[in-house]
Amino acid sequence: MVSRLGDRLGIGLFVAVAAVTLAFLVLPIVGIFVHTTPGKVLDQFSNPVVKDAFVVTIKKSLTALALIIVFGTPTAYLLATRRFPGHSLAITLVELPLVLPPAVAGIGLLTALGHYGLLGSSLHAFGVSLPFTQAAVTVAVAYVASPLYIRQAIASFEATDPRLTAASRTLGAGPLRTFFRVVLPLARGGLIAGLALSFARGLGEFGATIMFAGSLRGVTQTLSLAIYYEFGDNFNATLAMSAALVLISLVLLLTLRIALSWQRSPSTRSRSLFGLSSSA
Amino acid sequence: MATVTLDQVTVPLRAFELCLSLEVSSTVALIGPSGAGKSTVLNAIAGLVEPAAGSIRCGEETWFDAERRVNVRPEDRRVGLVFQDYALFPHLTVRQNVEYARRNAADEYLERFGIAHLERARPGDLSGGERQRVALARALARDPAILLLDEPLSALDAHTKADVRAELQQLLTGLEIPTLLVTHDFEDAAALAGRIGVLVDGELRQTGSPTDLVAQPADAFVASFTGANLLPARLDDGTVIATSDNGDGALLAIYPWDITISTSRPDDSAMNVIEGTITAITELGNRARVTIGPLSAEITVDSLRRLGLEPGGHAYASFKATGTRIVTSKGGTA
Repeated sequence: MVSRLGDRLGIGLFVAVAAVTLAFLVLPIVGIFVHTTPGKVLDQFSNPVVKDAFVVTIKKSLTALALIIVFGTPTAYLLATRRFPGHSLAITLVELPLVLPPAVAGIGLLTALGHYGLLGSSLHAFGVSLPFTQAAVTVAVAYVASPLYIRQAIASFEATDPRLTAASRTLGAGPLRTFFRVVLPLARGGLIAGLALSFARGLGEFGATIMFAGSLRGVTQTLSLAIYYEFGDNFNATLAMSAALVLISLVLLLTLRIALSWQRSPSTRSRSLFGLSSSA
Repeated sequence: MATVTLDQVTVPLRAFELCLSLEVSSTVALIGPSGAGKSTVLNAIAGLVEPAAGSIRCGEETWFDAERRVNVRPEDRRVGLVFQDYALFPHLTVRQNVEYARRNAADEYLERFGIAHLERARPGDLSGGERQRVALARALARDPAILLLDEPLSALDAHTKADVRAELQQLLTGLEIPTLLVTHDFEDAAALAGRIGVLVDGELRQTGSPTDLVAQPADAFVASFTGANLLPARLDDGTVIATSDNGDGALLAIYPWDITISTSRPDDSAMNVIEGTITAITELGNRARVTIGPLSAEITVDSLRRLGLEPGGHAYASFKATGTRIVTSKGGTA
């Protein structure tokens, strides 16, 4: 009897701790929505500061995402399918921006692409000046967010069965056709999950952006930056922008979960008895 | 019908080196234990593995030649490779899988393989036998110069296997292209192919018709692989004088169907008799395998019933000297 009582107390303790943890994680989000109403949030969208920040954020995040897809996908495929000297070094370098403090990333971008940076003079020769422009926002976002996509893409490409690519080749398809018709569709779920993660990370970008692009309203001021700058003047605007970001993040999180469940049961309701390849 | 010729094709594998010469003009089966390099042979022909030396030719075309630095890409080799677990594209329907090989040929092949009604299904929803038909349809829709089958029956359960084997047998007889199939089962090989090569540790031990292999196994491995009982033997001038546990490497091969089982000591022309307890009885269709001591005999189920044999029972196994073959052990004994 004593031991059963002990068990019950133990389980009770776990439940209590879990409840505290959940409350701790959820309460700040509840706070945002308690302090404002949907009406007030919508009102704030006519506030030019909020509107500008919203447009800058969405436009620049989407541009960054496009760049991440175009450059990140082939890179990830190569890293996933080829082994070469320096392979693990390359993987480590790809992951580096993930662990870098964003402010450091910003300084890094300045010293690399700034006026007096490593590539600054060559960029200048082409008439390109990045820092404190809209393009700088895109670059900063792409820099901090791309590793999330590339990592996930590498994992998805590694999970596609090499026998399926081999089959495609023996059926007369070249490497490029194989990539687009077999590899990409099978890795689809993972790639979309990676994009959702990367997009979410890009939305929240603060440190690297402020160092490299500044916070010029209507030019480089993103939602995250605007939240910080409006904090003292217009608390309602801050709350409205925060609420908007919470909602977008929730949508992204859902996308991520749905996409990952595709990855697990790749596009077919494959209840294969023989463990048909792709589910590996 | 073009002949596919492998000349001294050499592929270094983990524990040994695969090296073989082979000519495929009709249906040939490569048999051997797993890890003998069988699939590597298929992959080398398909262009998925690059050999270190040797050459592979298909009729007049050279697909691979190490010396002349020729290595035709897999997509340009015209090979129909059916993978062990079929490697159907899980994200495509049956029709799309077949169309992947050739756009306009799908109808013809869906019809020919009796899978037209499944055209909208995805591979995940098919049975093992259906998957194999889709895989064959896809491979042949490519209009290949050679058909390669990797363990075509191993992914199937025992029940389906018999049907699919019969189906495959029928298909291969009607096929106008050379076929190379790989299996670890001698019976499957004998049923499907007219010529069999035994591959052990990357090396061809023997090639011949199924009957040749059984009548004259080149070594102990081939004998045991084709199903013979092996007894260690001591030789005197090439004649067996005794079977013993400390023999000198020679083995006596006796096929199960050359062994007679009786419940009383036989008094006939079979001079070699082993008396003992039945340790196992396995029924396979209308035949049964009866194990007494070191020997496994094959008799009909009718005889099994008539003699009232049961595991643990007492019986005599006898065979004639003419029903035995002397083989030497050459490493890799199964």
